[in-house]
Amino acid sequence: MSVIDKTTFEELKQMSGEDFINEIIDAFLDDAPAMFTNMQLALDNQDVESFRRNAHSLKSNANTFGATELGALAKELEQMGRENNLNIGNRLELLKDAYQKVAEELKGMRA
Amino acid sequence: MKTTGRLLIVDDNKVNRILLSRGVEHDGHSVETAENGRQALEMLKRGAYDLVLLDIEMPELNGYQVLEACLQDNELRNIPIIMTSSLDEIDSVVKCVELGAEDYLNKPVNPILLRARVNASLEKKRLRDEQRKFIRTFATKEVADELLKTGFSLGGKFVNASVMFADIRSFTTITESRSPAEIIDMLNDYYALMFDAITGNGGSVNQMIGDGLMAIFGAPVHYEDHCRRAVNAALEMLELLDGLNQNRAAQDKPQIKIGIGIASGQVVAGFTGTQHRATYTCVGDTVNLASRIEVYTKEALHPLLIDNYTREGLSDDIKVKDLGVVNFKGKNQAIKIFAVL
Repeated sequence: MSVIDKTTFEELKQMSGEDFINEIIDAFLDDAPAMFTNMQLALDNQDVESFRRNAHSLKSNANTFGATELGALAKELEQMGRENNLNIGNRLELLKDAYQKVAEELKGMRA
Repeated sequence: MKTTGRLLIVDDNKVNRILLSRGVEHDGHSVETAENGRQALEMLKRGAYDLVLLDIEMPELNGYQVLEACLQDNELRNIPIIMTSSLDEIDSVVKCVELGAEDYLNKPVNPILLRARVNASLEKKRLRDEQRKFIRTFATKEVADELLKTGFSLGGKFVNASVMFADIRSFTTITESRSPAEIIDMLNDYYALMFDAITGNGGSVNQMIGDGLMAIFGAPVHYEDHCRRAVNAALEMLELLDGLNQNRAAQDKPQIKIGIGIASGQVVAGFTGTQHRATYTCVGDTVNLASRIEVYTKEALHPLLIDNYTREGLSDDIKVKDLGVVNFKGKNQAIKIFAVL
């Protein structure tokens, strides 16, 4: 089952142009691992601010590509960070799983 | 023609930077990017940008702090800033717009909205820049210098000066059956020439009302020969207008005729207004007289009339014709009037 909303993705493709969709996908796939590393680091250091900001970035990118579930999970973590609550349970693992599925699908969608 | 500009896109997220850049490069704008607020401020202080697209959530300095820093900076405060943010940051966006951000855009950004907002903001900036330039010509260098030197003491003083009024004859007839654009073009041509003649002779235009203007010679900067300067400026105005009329005749457009009245003597001069908006102005009998003399040019059938005080300040090379005494409304005694030939 697809984890990317096709309408959103097509709109993105139209906006960026066929030529640039690869560039944008690559930018996301390049940057996302650092966001996860930063979130883990922020958890270890109890750095609420950094945790919230990285969750925010991930959410922003997920929404851009139409990765609805990934976006919703990231948004939830961003909100917890805003509330100074870093008791996130297994949510970071869930987020990573969701990202893996999105990354696989995006790789297949490169033009 | 569309206004293109130099844009700075500030976003810590690479995907957003690419998307926003691609979205506006389409319209011919040149784009540079910054990854955080600190970098953005450094770039803004170095280069002349026309517009900033500013993310709110960023490391180092966030968008909110960048916006505040820009608004406090005399140079940067004139650059329009469009905030880009996700929908759930609406509270922050409201705060930014209240602070002075030009506009906002939601991310993921809609490409049509993006281009519309960018182009509209650039156009607004272009108009504001033109207005600023215009005000700088209006407030002459002398006035600006005087303002800088004396600070903003709004107090007045008595000075000896020459006051000039100039007005377009039968403006209504000239403008009849002309398009609004043509009328404004004509006024702009006319004013450009008149300003040149006036400021070129050390005068300053301190009022423009429709097709009329008032100028002062000898204040705020004192000139011993203010009478001569005012008359020379008036002669130049008539000469420049001749040139303009020749052009207009060639284009089958109606001729512009003006009347100029000059009176000299003591006036009360000073800056009036508030700390934010002030103009240098003159009031008093001499000012009223100059205005009356200008109106009298219609009756006297001479385009340039002066009072006796002004004539006494002229050297012999300027030829005048004595028109005798005239009783002006509101004046107790008759005034000797001369036509400059």
